[in-house]
Amino acid sequence: MTVATSHRHRKVAEPRPPLALKQSRLPRWTLPVLALVAVGAGCGIGLVAGLDSTVQWGLIAALLFVLATYLLTTAVEGTRQAKDRLATSAVWTAFLLAVVPLASLLWETVARGTKVLDGYFLSHSMGTLPDALPGGGVYHAIIGTLEQVGLATLIAAPLGLLTAIYLVEYGRGRLAKVVTFFVDVMTGIPSIVAGLFVLSVWILILGFGPSGFAGSMALAILMMPVVVRSTEEMLKLVPNELREASLALGVPKWRTILKVVLPTSIGGITTGVMLAIARITGETAPVLLLVWGAKTINNNPFDGAQQSLPLYVFQQWQQGSDASYDRAWAAALVLIAFVMVLNLVARGIARWKAPKAGR
Amino acid sequence: MAKRIDVSGLNAYYGAHKAIDDISMTIEPRSVTAFIGPSGCGKSTFLRTLNRMHEVTPGGRVEGKVLLDDENLYGAGVDPVAVRRTVGMVFQRPNPFPTMSIFDNVAAGLRLNGKYRKSELKDIVERSLKGANLWNEVKDRLNKPGSGLSGGQQQRLCIARAIAVEPQVLLMDEPCSALDPISTLAIEDLIGELKERFTIVIVTHNMQQAARVSDRTAFFNLAAVGKPGKLIEIDETERIFSNPSVQATEDYISGRFG
Ligand SMILES: Nc1ncnc2c1ncn2[C@@H]1O[C@H](COP(=O)(O)OP(=O)(O)OP(=O)(O)O)[C@@H](O)[C@H]1O
Ligand SMILES: [Mg+2]
Repeated sequence: MTVATSHRHRKVAEPRPPLALKQSRLPRWTLPVLALVAVGAGCGIGLVAGLDSTVQWGLIAALLFVLATYLLTTAVEGTRQAKDRLATSAVWTAFLLAVVPLASLLWETVARGTKVLDGYFLSHSMGTLPDALPGGGVYHAIIGTLEQVGLATLIAAPLGLLTAIYLVEYGRGRLAKVVTFFVDVMTGIPSIVAGLFVLSVWILILGFGPSGFAGSMALAILMMPVVVRSTEEMLKLVPNELREASLALGVPKWRTILKVVLPTSIGGITTGVMLAIARITGETAPVLLLVWGAKTINNNPFDGAQQSLPLYVFQQWQQGSDASYDRAWAAALVLIAFVMVLNLVARGIARWKAPKAGR
Repeated sequence: MAKRIDVSGLNAYYGAHKAIDDISMTIEPRSVTAFIGPSGCGKSTFLRTLNRMHEVTPGGRVEGKVLLDDENLYGAGVDPVAVRRTVGMVFQRPNPFPTMSIFDNVAAGLRLNGKYRKSELKDIVERSLKGANLWNEVKDRLNKPGSGLSGGQQQRLCIARAIAVEPQVLLMDEPCSALDPISTLAIEDLIGELKERFTIVIVTHNMQQAARVSDRTAFFNLAAVGKPGKLIEIDETERIFSNPSVQATEDYISGRFG
């Protein structure tokens, strides 16, 4: 509280030093102590006022902490530092708000999912086991998800890549605009609509039965726009000088794209494709419509109903018995782990393939 | 197998903007031709029309004729890829391929075109790097990425890359603007050697360099800001620097302009 006055004092009494690089600082222990005090006060107020939600206690404590640090820092270190502290608090609060749901979701899934998750669960199907009994597993669902997602990727990734290459490297005029428009429209297709579309064409009109492949087609429809968009952005990042350097060597355009443009952006493109895969792995609606779900192992994605992880979770949850709840949680955990591994692989590839500088 | 270049009535546009206006000149084989002129007068643009790189820029458009030994580069059915194989180019700013090693960068032109014998490749790379005065600095790190070199080294790498494919004409856009005097001298010596075999066109802002390396010099100028660039005159370098026929050239060379 005295800094401001002493400042004014000095101004009158003697010329200010040209650069005030040093200033009074709060001792390091102040912030932790303040935090403890705020938590204590928050709990105290909560108890006295009879609030039964601990979230409210926490909010009160947080507010008190922010207020106290702001005032104290203003008094000792000056307003700029105080604003800095305030901004830091805001950033941390936002971070915590974003992390809390994620962490609690992960925690919940791990806590409940590990109950029945073991080698047996991963390597067996449901077979003829009645749903109310414990036992059974997700092997058939893992196989189904792998095959359906794999087939969808085989369809959507090349198509999406080629479309993006066309749009960035060749697309001029009308056709490019039309393609861009349809890609935008496709981005907004709800998964159930993609499922219904394939259902009406493949099953109702052409008369095929349910199969993993039918599901893959719907998933591919969902995946393609994502691949196109992300690949497009990555290709646009490749500097034009590189294309010109290659063209000026007398290299044809298609080889320039293949050998110079794509290698330069391959890290980002792979990441985009992997994220698209991660997105479709959790799709339930089209699988429900087109693959139907099954209790036994079906290794052939082109014939007959199959299971998939999200659908398995859904169906087990529907059964409503304790044993099936446990299985649903465990399968959800497997699904999350699967997507997480995919993302890690994508990061690894991106880092490995990224253009390297340095010696 | 150097080639003569005959340009007549050449205009180049960026979209609606006309960058160079009605240029005609002859570039002799086995000689060095220097382009000089103030910034923005269209030297780079004109250079790029000589190997059909101008049309790579979005909106880029060319009118007129460029004859390479009697064959019009802009004639119907001419393959720009073939043109660029014959007419190589070194850019104003170094642009090594970031995903390729030093060796692969130099070998890129041959490799990407698929026309080489494996045993030859090493020799060609070594010869090209020596030609660009870079060999001693990189011979122990040929497998390291080219983007890890200094700016001047990168530029010499790009020169090595361009001469590795043995073009018949070599276009150089201010190849020495990022180089120290020693490397510059090396490049100038290299130009002297290369002109025994190739036709060389070099853009430079360095009058001494133009006087040192070139046989003929072309002076470009702008009528006014926003107007297209024009060729003022082209003549023997000695005459341009001692006794040019146009007053504007003398003013530019002696620093009396603007
Ligand atoms: N990509 C482009 N798009 C639009 N206009 C361009 C482009 N590149 C160059 N121009 C214009 O064309 C004219 C000629 O440019 P150019 O690069 O050929 O000049 P220059 O003589 O090479 O100049 P410098 O000596 O600075 O390199 C300039 O007016 C410039 O603004
Ligand atoms: Mg230029």
